[in-house]
Amino acid sequence: MGLNAADLTAVWLTIRLAAIVTSVLLVIGTPIAWWLARTRSPLKGPVGAVVALPLVLPPTVLGFYLLLAMGPHGPIGQMTQAMGLGTLPFTFWGLVVASTFYSLPFVVQPLQNAFEAVGERPLEAAATLGAAPLDAFFSVALPLARPGYLTAAVLGFAHTVGEFGVVLMIGGDIPGQTRVVSVLIYDHVEATEYAQANWLAASMVVFSFVVLLVLYVWAPNRKRGG
Amino acid sequence: MSRLPKAAAGPTPHTEAAESGAVSAAPRGGGLRARFALNYGDFALDADLALPVRGVTALFGPSGSGKSTLLRCVAGLVRAPGGYLEINGEVWQDEAQGFFLPTHKRSLGYVFQEASLFPHLSVEDNLAYGRKRAAAGARRVDREHILELLGIAHLLGRRPDRLSGGERQRIAIARALLARPKILLLDEPLSALDHARKQEILPYLERLHDELEIPMLYVSHAPDEVARLADHLVVLEAGRVLASGPLTATLARLDLPIRLGEDAGVVLEGRIAERDAAWHLARVDFGGGSLWVRDAGLPMGHAVRVRILARDVSLALEAHPGTSILNILPARVEELAEDAHPALALARLDVGGAPLLARLTRRSAATLALAPGHAVWAQIKAVALIG
Repeated sequence: MGLNAADLTAVWLTIRLAAIVTSVLLVIGTPIAWWLARTRSPLKGPVGAVVALPLVLPPTVLGFYLLLAMGPHGPIGQMTQAMGLGTLPFTFWGLVVASTFYSLPFVVQPLQNAFEAVGERPLEAAATLGAAPLDAFFSVALPLARPGYLTAAVLGFAHTVGEFGVVLMIGGDIPGQTRVVSVLIYDHVEATEYAQANWLAASMVVFSFVVLLVLYVWAPNRKRGG
Repeated sequence: MSRLPKAAAGPTPHTEAAESGAVSAAPRGGGLRARFALNYGDFALDADLALPVRGVTALFGPSGSGKSTLLRCVAGLVRAPGGYLEINGEVWQDEAQGFFLPTHKRSLGYVFQEASLFPHLSVEDNLAYGRKRAAAGARRVDREHILELLGIAHLLGRRPDRLSGGERQRIAIARALLARPKILLLDEPLSALDHARKQEILPYLERLHDELEIPMLYVSHAPDEVARLADHLVVLEAGRVLASGPLTATLARLDLPIRLGEDAGVVLEGRIAERDAAWHLARVDFGGGSLWVRDAGLPMGHAVRVRILARDVSLALEAHPGTSILNILPARVEELAEDAHPALALARLDVGGAPLLARLTRRSAATLALAPGHAVWAQIKAVALIG
């Protein structure tokens, strides 16, 4: 018993997907979160709402529109075709793009909270000490927001691992390409391979528990004097 | 009963008019010229100042008077539309030309109310933060000397959260100084500290004042800090400049003490001229005479400040020989004004050219028939040596 080769392929694929999506999200989520934390623009509300949409939308709705957009007649599809990349649906990279949208709020919101907690004062102090805004961001804001980065990375990773609806809409069920753990569990159940499904499902439970344990126990205490 | 003239009414003999309000002449080729106007609806700042860029200039006023906002404008942390700022001939802001130098390009040090040390850096790295980023060619500072002046050399390895409030603030001051600024801005640096911590830091600030050439703008609402540290005093109220001038002359103005209440008084500068070992007293000679104070162990010739509160000065028409009061000086009444309470009056005296304030009841003023020009004896009950 245990995990067979197909299961392990799916596990590896899932980890690879989640790792790439998390890295992409930390990079593009940082400027969005920074902007949301500090702007006084009237666009703050609408942009924040758009970022939060995946929290409330059914994954199939998001998946459906991403499928249209990335398809041969959608704007993203036309762009990728023009670049000679073909179309993204039913490929690994299509999943990466879709998951990036889907997990965006889980990364942006902890980062935004962290930047808001840093506040104005340390950045003002940095400016009076001669640090240009970008310098102050990297030398002061980023280190002070570190707990938020840990939370964001863990949540982004875990949420990507757990997605199902978007994967089915965009990726289908191609072994080694788009067949991630959550889809494979569904396949096992469909085929009444309950033992196999149980092994994978139990691994997910353990994984999720460990992730939350990291968040609640290891996350550094944010309250520090200064 | 004769009514006392109001301070505001009638001509005043001194030069307050020239010193009050906006423009007193700054030294040629130097000085700080600032014009800022801001309107936040419930609060408006409208300041036009010319200040010397040397020694300590105190921006004094009650909370909400705009002194901190003014300081933030000078630092560029707040951008006042239409603002103008020039320091020693170097223009930092001239909105008429669309010019605004951002904070990080201004050669200044800033000490906030709370120390604002970076919690993720050690004390040593906090100190290095500004030093590494100081403009090339800026005035050199002696790091060891500053560490020693502020008494923090033993704290370098610590984290900010392992420091007392007073230690943090001393390190914040050192951090600002090590960035080699042309001017140091301090925004009520002691207000977040309790009385004991304040007394702990004030001597360090005095040492900076005495030993470093760095000019300071010091925001405070505490008269005792101003009396100890300031050379030049700017009084703000409701976003406007009420007065700007040298400390002694400005404190002696009769239209301001009302706002100082119990703290109304003057600060005189002098030198230790004699020490009486038998009685543990020291004689301080100031421009207009001399005063006996408790001997604080200062050497002969040492420059000192003494503060004399108006409530500690009483007036007599004759010198009474039988009194315990040590310091009795001949003076001339220059001006009388109403005080905050209707029973009280304030008198400004001239003691050999130096000003003195006396608080007395209006009945006493009438009984003695005090009027400008009268010769009196000023009996000084308490003289505080403040450094």
